[in-house]
Amino acid sequence: MTTELPEAERPPVGRGRLTAYAGLQVLLAVPMILLFVLWVVGGVLTIVWVGLAILVALVPVTRAVANLHRRMAGRVLGQRLPDPYRPLPDGGPMARLRVVVVDPMTWRDLGWLLVASTLGFALSLLVVLLLAAVVTWFIWWYAAAPLMQARSVLDRFFLSYSRTERLEQRVQVLTETRADLVDHSAAELRRLERDLHDGAQARLVALSMSLGMAQEAFDEDPAKARQLVEDARETTATAIADLRSVVRGIHPPVLADRGLGGAVQALALDMAVPVDVEINLPGRPPAPVESAVYFGVAECLANIGKHSGAARAWVGLAHRDGRLRAVVGDDGCGGASPDAGTGMLGVMRRLAAFDGTMALSSPEGGPTIVTLEVPCDLSSPKTTPSSAPA
Amino acid sequence: MRLVLAEDNALLRAGLIQLLSDRGFTILHAVDNAPALDVALQDPEAEAAVLDVRLPPGQTDEGLRAAIAVREKRPGFPVMVLSQYVEHLYARELLASGVGAVGYLLKDRVADVAEFVDGVRRVAAGGTVLDPEVVATVMARRREEPLDRLTAREREVLALMAEGRSNAAIAARLSVTEKAVLKHINSIFTKLDLPVGEDDHRRVRAVLAWLRV
Repeated sequence: MTTELPEAERPPVGRGRLTAYAGLQVLLAVPMILLFVLWVVGGVLTIVWVGLAILVALVPVTRAVANLHRRMAGRVLGQRLPDPYRPLPDGGPMARLRVVVVDPMTWRDLGWLLVASTLGFALSLLVVLLLAAVVTWFIWWYAAAPLMQARSVLDRFFLSYSRTERLEQRVQVLTETRADLVDHSAAELRRLERDLHDGAQARLVALSMSLGMAQEAFDEDPAKARQLVEDARETTATAIADLRSVVRGIHPPVLADRGLGGAVQALALDMAVPVDVEINLPGRPPAPVESAVYFGVAECLANIGKHSGAARAWVGLAHRDGRLRAVVGDDGCGGASPDAGTGMLGVMRRLAAFDGTMALSSPEGGPTIVTLEVPCDLSSPKTTPSSAPA
Repeated sequence: MRLVLAEDNALLRAGLIQLLSDRGFTILHAVDNAPALDVALQDPEAEAAVLDVRLPPGQTDEGLRAAIAVREKRPGFPVMVLSQYVEHLYARELLASGVGAVGYLLKDRVADVAEFVDGVRRVAAGGTVLDPEVVATVMARRREEPLDRLTAREREVLALMAEGRSNAAIAARLSVTEKAVLKHINSIFTKLDLPVGEDDHRRVRAVLAWLRV
């Protein structure tokens, strides 16, 4: 598939091939009617479960038939009709069926089955008959291309989202991710405000009080003053430590210094369980992506430390085909769910802002593997010293 | 002792200069950026350096890189690295740049003047001084061979050795006699299969083994 020429650069389809497509479409018309009937039967029988089994089996067949017509229509019209289905989750058949049911393309496929096996069938049949009837060859010579164009436009109308629909979907996604991002930033700001208010700010107040009291006690009670200054120094130390941890939460300094690779190495070193790190990044991703992926990996590693009971973990970072991909895995007990905590949800939202995704595979008994993916480009490599020997 | 000092914050730089010169150090060069530091470190008169990790113009880890580079050119050149935050990763890189004569401390530790100056002296004498925060992250790790052969007490002693403390200081901290500390240390050396040699060198090697450099 990947070695095929882009549709636009291919030569237009000749009459022979057009007629071959028409023949195939004619032959498929009967199975398509059968498919439609089975859909109706399966739909009715869902009340006694057996219908669900029929539907589960029908989905891939219907989609394969539809995809075949997408390819033919794409060739005839000289444009690529992308696979429009929503990605199916890794879960059980019920989870997958749920996604199928809410996918509007499923229902368009169904309508298409009906139209393609009647009107579409008639168009394709006409092309085949014009050739088969010998005396009508000259009509076929001129009519084959427009007829198949018509058939393909009909298929495209049902099987592919129009430009407007695609844009509407894009706007929908952008609206949702933007709202999530705004929520996320607001929550982060509140957390920072609380951290500063309860931490450093409170300690600075205490510090100022200690120093004020020390100032008063200086002449009458030097011993007490000395003690107060000592207290003040301790409070200063804790205030600095507080600020350090707040800074780490905003933007870890090691991320600024060393980029994503170095920062992930630093995270791995601080883990209680041994973590194998494999990094293959020829450059640096944009700073916001770097930060989102860093906090994603940090969250995964923190979960490994807290819940998995793993003896080993691993992190892989690579950039391929315009996508930055981070894989975090462990050999722990598995059974992790992205809905269990707010942490993973936050990671997902943060990634969604860059059209990134998070996939979790965690069967009971392990292993747990989390994959973060973000489409992005890398900037030219920054010179960094070779990392320490492992 | 003649020092090179690099710190971009003018207030802190002035403070460090005063603090170190009051205690018998000579500040040969005090610089506030990475290119000037590279020049200063070429001075053959310099005997040790106290460096901030983050320096202009890049404001990333220039000080650390300069420390590693100078130790490549002048093996065993004593360097004390100061930072607003500590990273286990950076500690490993520093320790990997040659045996001993390195320190890595949070800037806040300067507040405890006596201990800080003592740390600089220890580093200049070839010792290793690590910040308690680095030591704590290492302590939290799951133990592996051969370190899991150490008893809990021996690990405590090893952690304090990594912070660069003397036997007397370790004894005071753990409320035991110096003789008991000596016994623990000898036991650590044996368990880690460290070759017989100069005591200071074995101390450093024990710390390195512990950090798995």
